[in-house]
Amino acid sequence: MAKLTIADLKKIKDKQKATFTLREGGYKAKVTVHMGTCGIAAGAREIMTTLMDIISESEEKVVIATTSGCAGLCAREPMATVEVMGSAPVKYGDLTPDKMKDIYKEHVQEGNPVEKYAIVIGNESTY
Amino acid sequence: MEKHRSNLMICAGTGCIATGTHQVRDALEAEIKKHKLTDEVKVVLTGCNGFCAEGPVMMVFPEDIFYQKITVEEVPKLVEEHFLKGRPYEKLMFKEPLKKSVIPIMHDIPFFKYQVLRVLRNKGLIDPESLDEYIARDGYQAAAKALTEMTPEQIIKTVKDAGLRGRGGAGFPSGLKWEFASKTEADKKFMLCNGDEGDPGAFMDRAVMEADPHSVIEGMIIGAKAIGSNHGVIYVRAEYPLAVERLQMAIDKCMEIGLLGKNIFDSGFDFELEIYLGAGAFVCGEETALMRSIEGKRGMPRPRPPFPAHKGLWDKPSVLNNVETLAQVAPIILNGSEWYRSVGTEQSAGTKVFALTGDIKNVGLVEVPMGTPLKTIIYDIGGGMTNKKKKFKAVQMGGPSGGCIPEAMLDVPVTYEDIIKTGAIMGSGGMVVMDEDTCMVSTSKFFLEFTAEESCGKCTPCRVGTQVMLDLLTDITEGRGKEGDIETLEDLSHDIIATSLCGLGQTAPNPVLSTIRYFRQEYESHINNHYCQSGICGDLCSFEITDACKGCQACVRACPKDAIVGEKKQLHRIMQDLCIQCRSCYNACKFQAVDIKPALKKDKQAPAVKDEEVTQ
Repeated sequence: MAKLTIADLKKIKDKQKATFTLREGGYKAKVTVHMGTCGIAAGAREIMTTLMDIISESEEKVVIATTSGCAGLCAREPMATVEVMGSAPVKYGDLTPDKMKDIYKEHVQEGNPVEKYAIVIGNESTY
Repeated sequence: MEKHRSNLMICAGTGCIATGTHQVRDALEAEIKKHKLTDEVKVVLTGCNGFCAEGPVMMVFPEDIFYQKITVEEVPKLVEEHFLKGRPYEKLMFKEPLKKSVIPIMHDIPFFKYQVLRVLRNKGLIDPESLDEYIARDGYQAAAKALTEMTPEQIIKTVKDAGLRGRGGAGFPSGLKWEFASKTEADKKFMLCNGDEGDPGAFMDRAVMEADPHSVIEGMIIGAKAIGSNHGVIYVRAEYPLAVERLQMAIDKCMEIGLLGKNIFDSGFDFELEIYLGAGAFVCGEETALMRSIEGKRGMPRPRPPFPAHKGLWDKPSVLNNVETLAQVAPIILNGSEWYRSVGTEQSAGTKVFALTGDIKNVGLVEVPMGTPLKTIIYDIGGGMTNKKKKFKAVQMGGPSGGCIPEAMLDVPVTYEDIIKTGAIMGSGGMVVMDEDTCMVSTSKFFLEFTAEESCGKCTPCRVGTQVMLDLLTDITEGRGKEGDIETLEDLSHDIIATSLCGLGQTAPNPVLSTIRYFRQEYESHINNHYCQSGICGDLCSFEITDACKGCQACVRACPKDAIVGEKKQLHRIMQDLCIQCRSCYNACKFQAVDIKPALKKDKQAPAVKDEEVTQ
């Protein structure tokens, strides 16, 4: 292996950034996919897979995806909550992979909640 | 897919490996695969998390959820609930003893809440076998800065200004040590690391070497540059196989990519590093003895001066720093001395790692700011006594070189200066907590046994003196104590301290002196009344069942000699002629109905007869 230079230290650190955002905190946005039995039955797995794919394809290193239990509104599953740091969390319902992609682009990246898919805005902490 | 949504950090320190880390990891990976979550959830083995009492432990990121005592049987349920359905699995979470409520978030658990992590900054966050993960946490940036931007004088000044003091126990200013060696002219100098941790009950350095080997190596590179050395040796005891393995792995990796070897970071600075295995002699933790041991000679101390900074290993200028000291160097260089001084006290800056053991609930590894009161460490972080019905009696600090601190002094802040006033020493960080069932005479005898055995034999006062003291203590605990024994012990102690060459002899009597100082009444009771109030010294006590007995038969089942009679729900009775004072009934009783009484008169001649009865 080639000899390590000081510039390499930074490169390695950047490469690891996504992993350590997850472990240390300090992320920009968190997307929680609700995976209760109802959510899974309604297709939450597919939503999660789509989300994970978008995150790993994008250059974004400070967005994390996580799961949570049933959000209580089983009729509107699959659901997801998007929390952008510093603004109120927004719950989205009746999701499809395409809707998830829109939400990621509009809300997570641009910071504008997607009103047409949103169910509720406000503080209901995920844990 | 490179990015995962969740990282499961399982502790792979020696403690958790012993309780089943590898089995749990295999089970977790199998379950995760079964649910097709391999791309989303990553399992990482980390170094010691510190909460050893509850192992195997696992931290889940990003949720910060802490699981403890994970078993292979629980894994399928855990994976299904938490990682598939996203419902944290309460059954394996930490329960706070007083409230019985489940506290899932790691930083809310008092054990973690009061800690400030500097030495253990990467604990549970990185895989100790991955250099990339160490670099991700700013690893080797301090080395790069020291090698390319700083002069040796600047490095030494920063460390001196930070007020870093030797964490091996003596507390000598590390920057000053470096300065002495740096100013000595020589063709060759040595940068050494002391990983010969030998105090009973201490495991701080082992945890650092296992959990974050690169932090020690980086500290050594910076130190080597400061003193102008191109050769380093890490002296580790062979009883620490995992530490040796991880250090070696880290050194090999560094050699491979040029973090060790010639012309590091193109700075023109060369540094080579090797590991030397110690055979586990306690005296080899003493710096001159350690150096003799590396030279292949018998590990014995020699007089100072000449100090190692002038004539050390192979008679060349050498600096020996403790593992924990070295692990603090990189953050000091990177963040500056002001930052380092932001916690701790004026004289004792920064943090200190302690290994909490004994009769305390949260056995483990903790790092607190200097100046934290002992009470906070024992009650808030340590969670108090294991057995809630028992009262705190004393905490032993500094191992065989230290002493016991009684309850009345628990407000003392942990700093080098304050601890030494109590008669104990800061030491390397062993903290053994003892409850009221501990006999202080036996405790000091335990430490004397250790030092008498480990004395290298060079100085007569230490070699013979510790043995004579041990004989006196043995007599006292077996009922042969005489008037004047306490004074003889004190006299001998002062002589040994005054006339021994190295730290081993100079501190060996400390456990005896400090227990006499705070628990003299116990010594007197042993000698004058032949009574060991805690029921530890079998020849000096007897056991009796009181009216509080509920007749539950627990003691009957526990007694190895069938010496307890009594029907269910009837008052039980101990047949004294059969009793061997093993204390089993006392420990078994849930109603504290077994009393410890002075030894019965006839027992004094009885032992021989009792043995015959047994053989028949």
